[in-house]
Order: sequence, then structure tokens, then C-alpha cells
Amino acid sequence: MLIYLIRRLIFVLPIALAVGVVCFSLVHIAPGDPLVSILPPDAPQTLVEQMRKSYGFDQPMPVQFGIWLGKVVTGDLGTSIATSRPVAGEIGKAVGNTLLLAMVATLIGFFFGCLFGFVAGYFRDSVIDRIAVTVSILGVSVPHYWLGMVLVICFSVLLPWLPATGAGPGSSADWRWDWEHMRHLILPAITMSVIPMGIITRTVRALVGDILSQEFVDALRAKGLTDGGIFRHVVKNAAPTALAVMGLQLGYLLGGSILIETVFSWPGTGFLLNSAIFQRDLPLLQGTILVLAMFFVAVNLVVDVVQTALDPRIKRG
Amino acid sequence: MNSPLVDIRDLRVKFSGQRTVHALNGVDIALSPGESLGILGESGSGKSVTLKAMLRLLPPRRTTVAGSIAVDGQDVLAMNADTLADYRGKTVSMIFQEPALALDPVYTLGHQIAESVIRHEGCDRATARQRALDMFERVRIPSPARRLDAYPHEMSGGMRQRAMIALALACRPKVLLADEPTTALDATVQIQILLLLRELQREMGMAMIFVTHDMGVAVEVSDRIAVMYGGRIVESGGVADVIKSPSHPYTRGLLASTVHGAMRGTRLEAIAGAPPSLATAPTGCSFAPRCRLATPACEGAVPPMVGVGPAHVARCIAVAPAAA
Ligand SMILES: Nc1ncnc2c1ncn2[C@@H]1O[C@H](COP(=O)(O)OP(=O)(O)OP(=O)(O)O)[C@@H](O)[C@H]1O
Ligand code: SF4
Ligand SMILES: [Mg+2]
Repeated sequence: MLIYLIRRLIFVLPIALAVGVVCFSLVHIAPGDPLVSILPPDAPQTLVEQMRKSYGFDQPMPVQFGIWLGKVVTGDLGTSIATSRPVAGEIGKAVGNTLLLAMVATLIGFFFGCLFGFVAGYFRDSVIDRIAVTVSILGVSVPHYWLGMVLVICFSVLLPWLPATGAGPGSSADWRWDWEHMRHLILPAITMSVIPMGIITRTVRALVGDILSQEFVDALRAKGLTDGGIFRHVVKNAAPTALAVMGLQLGYLLGGSILIETVFSWPGTGFLLNSAIFQRDLPLLQGTILVLAMFFVAVNLVVDVVQTALDPRIKRG
Repeated sequence: MNSPLVDIRDLRVKFSGQRTVHALNGVDIALSPGESLGILGESGSGKSVTLKAMLRLLPPRRTTVAGSIAVDGQDVLAMNADTLADYRGKTVSMIFQEPALALDPVYTLGHQIAESVIRHEGCDRATARQRALDMFERVRIPSPARRLDAYPHEMSGGMRQRAMIALALACRPKVLLADEPTTALDATVQIQILLLLRELQREMGMAMIFVTHDMGVAVEVSDRIAVMYGGRIVESGGVADVIKSPSHPYTRGLLASTVHGAMRGTRLEAIAGAPPSLATAPTGCSFAPRCRLATPACEGAVPPMVGVGPAHVARCIAVAPAAA
């Protein structure tokens, strides 16, 4: 198992490097001079040159990349052009918020996905099954910003129960586990949970149907297990795949929450990415994309390792 | 006087669904304690359905079952869910053809055996595990303590089938059902498993119903043989009687097709003609289309069982009954 872990970690290195190259060059391929957005249009040429130097934009590309990579590895993602604050700090705060939202949404989605999936799988072709399948298809296909807005209209505007924007009272971005803060989490988390819920419902339903049709279930019945006893076997057989899908969904949510975070003004990485793009804040953009991509790589790694640990049939080595 | 341990009377099973299949059309089986019955028949004759019906493993919604099944004085078809779960694995247990498919891939073998023991005897985990270890020793799995923690895919086919036998026998059932337990194995392993089964069956005093395609295998493990055709038993009797003086034309065909070649390993498909369609319940002798002795009378009514010797019966109107 240890050897497997180390090998898996080594495999991640080239992927991470490739992600770095892509992030770095993405920004330089983008049209327009990043300095234009922070300098007044009539700035003297000398000032422009000076700024260019201080941001390192005057060096050749590979050198710029080397310098950038060296800093990145030590946790220095540069300084935001728009706010002049360290990018790492900005991203750090946003990552915390995104992680919180994504995890809560994934857990909600996983819980209901498993519930619907198991019921649908056990009662194939019944009315309950049809309902579960319909809900899961809706969950995957409804546009989430639209669903978010509908929820806001229902529960913030028509029924003033829950706040529509932000991550806490006032403009505070520091999360705390109290009702004042948690109220803010409810609507975005529900909106976001609909995706993993739909996918997990479908996955679990198919898994359960497949497991129940296998001969070993007959054999379990033949040795006298009751439905409850058989259920435990079904769960353990379904768990590795269901957890893997959940992990992947978490990965997608970590990277793909721009729309939802924007609709709810949730101060996470997606929101940050959005403002970085509109403000042409290149260091911030670069840093955010890099962190999001690394997240995805890390989540994939964790999912693989967990799945291997859970499923005795996957060979470790 | 003493009623048999297994008493199946006029068992009929019909599957509905996209296709209607009259899988069993009146099966009678009587089995005494400690007796071993081999059921022989070609593919589709209803052997597996008979065994599954005894454990009520057929899909309830698509299956119509008629007739009666009594095991150890209990009416199996009338049992409620709890009684049924207590009966399965304790009074009657089953060995499946393909142990690789019949064992749960994500639990260790030791766990799966212990689970069954705990289920039926309510003992603690340590006792159950000790029982699993004893069983592994009895079925002669090498280094049993280590193998208890193995997963099914980590064992060879023969070892897996031994583990399946250990599982089936762990709660000392009165009746063991074995559905072609050696078909999936190599010839040499097959013989070892057969001998082991026969030995354990005698030692533990169990009754056994052993289903097979293979005449040689049936002779090896049975006291009595029942030959099935088209969802009915067409001949049954002691092994020696059936082999030496087969009465039903189908049994004779089977024997003729295996006598010249090696007995074991010969499949039963050698008789000319196709197996009967089971789409409608047969109104006459199902074997008539393939029978050289067939007369119009054969299709008029289902032939009755006639005694052709002591405890030896056949279902054919061309057979002369033995003088009483
Ligand atoms: N669950 C089921 N639903 C519908 N038809 C079934 C079902 N199980 C068995 N049958 C049908 O019942 C008939 C008897 O099947 P059975 O499995 O008992 O044959 P068998 O004698 O065991 O044959 P084999 O030697 O191939 O195992 C076959 O025609 C089969 O297609
Ligand atoms: S009853 Fe007729 S058809 Fe059937 S086996 Fe006997 S002779 Fe052949
Ligand atoms: Mg069969």
C-alpha cells in the first residue's frame, strides 16, 4: 500500500508541471497588455517600463516561467494588480469558502443521491423509481444559475427567510459555525448539491440493480440472510464506486462553481476568478486557475487511493 | 410409517414474463435422511429450477408454483419470511455451480462463513470464526487460518468450491443441494471435490440432491438416480438398477450415448432431436418427438409412472410393468 501511494504521488508530478505550464502560458497568450488596466492611458513611457520591470514582464518567456515556478513552489503567487495584496492570501481565503460550499453541497448531494439511488435500485420500474430517475435527470440538466435565482426568488424575496448573497452578516468573509453564517450557506449549497445528487442517484441506482442481479445475492438468500443482512452486502459492494463518484463530483464542484458563486456573491475561488477576469488582474487569475487545477489533481489522487483501499479486487502495486 | 425427510409432490413451476415457460410439470421427489439422489438431465430439463424451488429462490413476481414441498415436516411453500430465512442455510443449504459468482467478492471467506453461523446460531464472532476454521480444515483447504482472510478472487477455482462447501455445511444442514458443483472445474479437481462431498455427506449423515449433466458423476455420488426430461422425472431408481436396466427410452438413449466413450466427462446432448418447447404445458409424453418407440397414444395423455422393479419406476407406456 505504501509503495502504491509513493508511486501514485510520483505520477502526479509531471501532471502538476503540465498544469503549471498551461496556467503560465494561458495568461501570456491572452491578448492585451496587463499593465494597461492599472495605468492611466497617458502614463509616461518610463513609468510603464518601470512597472513592466517590477512585474518581470521584460524578461524572456522561459525565464519568466522559471522565476514564476520558483516562487509558486515557495507559495509566492505574486501580488494582485488590482488590490496590491499578495495573491496567495486572497486565494487562501477564497479557497476556504469554496471548499466549505463544495463539501457541504457534495455531502447533501451524496446523502440524497444514495437515498434515492438505493430506493430506485431496489424497486426498479416502480413509481418511486420513475420519480427518482426524473429528479436525477432534472438535477443534472437544469441550469444551476437559473435554479439559484429561482430559489432566491422563492426563499429570499417572496418568503424572506434566507439571505440571498454573501457568506455572513455584513461584508465579513470570515466563516463561523453559527446560525448567522450558516443561513447564508443554505441556498447556494442546495443549488450546488443538485448536480452531485443527480449523478449519484443514477450511479447508485445502476450499481444496486447490477449487484442485486448477481448470483451471490441468491447465495446470500440461500444461506438464510434477511433483507437487512443482504442490504449490508449491497452497500459494501456499491461503496467503492459510489465514493469515487462522490470524490470526482467534489472535484468538479471545487473547480466549476463560478456561476453559482457569482449568483450568490459567495466569496470563493469562482467569484475571485470572475473578478480577476473582469479586472484583467493577471497574477490573481494565474494563481486562481493554478490552485483550482491542482485541487482537481489532488482530489483525483485521493479518490484513487481511497477506492483502492476499499476495494479488495483492485490490485495494489 | 416414517415420512421422508424431503417430500415433493406434483411440483409445477411456470414462469411468466416476456415468454411463458412451463419449467416443471409435476415433479415428485422423496428423500430419506442420509440418502443421496442424483438428478440427471439435459440442459433446460428443470434441474436447477427444482433446487431453487426447494429454497424458494425463484423470482416471486414472475413465478407460479403449485404442488407441495415438505422438508423435515415443514411446508416450505407456506413459510413466512422469517421462517423461510431460518430454514434456508440451516435445514437446507445449497452449493452453486460457479463459486466465483456465488461468493460475495468484497467480503473475506471467513467473514461469509461466520456470518452464516452467527445468523443461525446466534453465537459471538470468535465462536463463529472458530467454526469457519474447523470447516476449512474439514474441506481440507491448506493453511486454513490464513485462507480465512482471503477474498474469493485470491483463491483457485477448486479452493473456492471447497470454501463454498465449507460455507454450505457450516450450520450442519439436513439436506444439501448441489447444482453441478464441479462443472466449472478441471477434471482432476472435479474428482477430488466429488469424493470430498460424498465423504462429508456420509460423515455428517446429510441427505443430498446432486444435479449433473454427467452420467459418470451421478454414478459416483448417488444412491439413487432420477432422470429428468421436460420438467418431469421420467425414470428413477437405485443407481445399479437404472444403469443396468434402464427402462425409459430417454434413459436408454443417454446410456447408449455414454457407454462407449469414457463414462465421465460425457455430456448428455448426444440424442438426436431438440429439447421440448416448454411454452405450453405438455399434454402427452414430452419425449415423443424424439422417441423411436412413439405411438399416437404417447401424445394422448401424460404417461403414468409404472413400476419396473423394486423402487424403480419409469414414465413410459411402452414399458412393461414388473409383475408384482
Ligand atoms: N428465472 C427464470 N425465468 C424464466 N425462465 C426460467 C428461469 N429460470 C429457468 N427458466 C427456464 O426454465 C427451464 C428450466 O431451467 P433450468 O435452469 O432448471 O434447467 P437445468 O436443467 O438446470 O439446465 P442446465 O443444465 O442448463 O443448468 C429453462 O427453459 C429455463 O429457460
Ligand atoms: S411414452 Fe411413448 S413417446 Fe414417451 S418415451 Fe414411452 S414410448 Fe417414447
Ligand atoms: Mg442448471
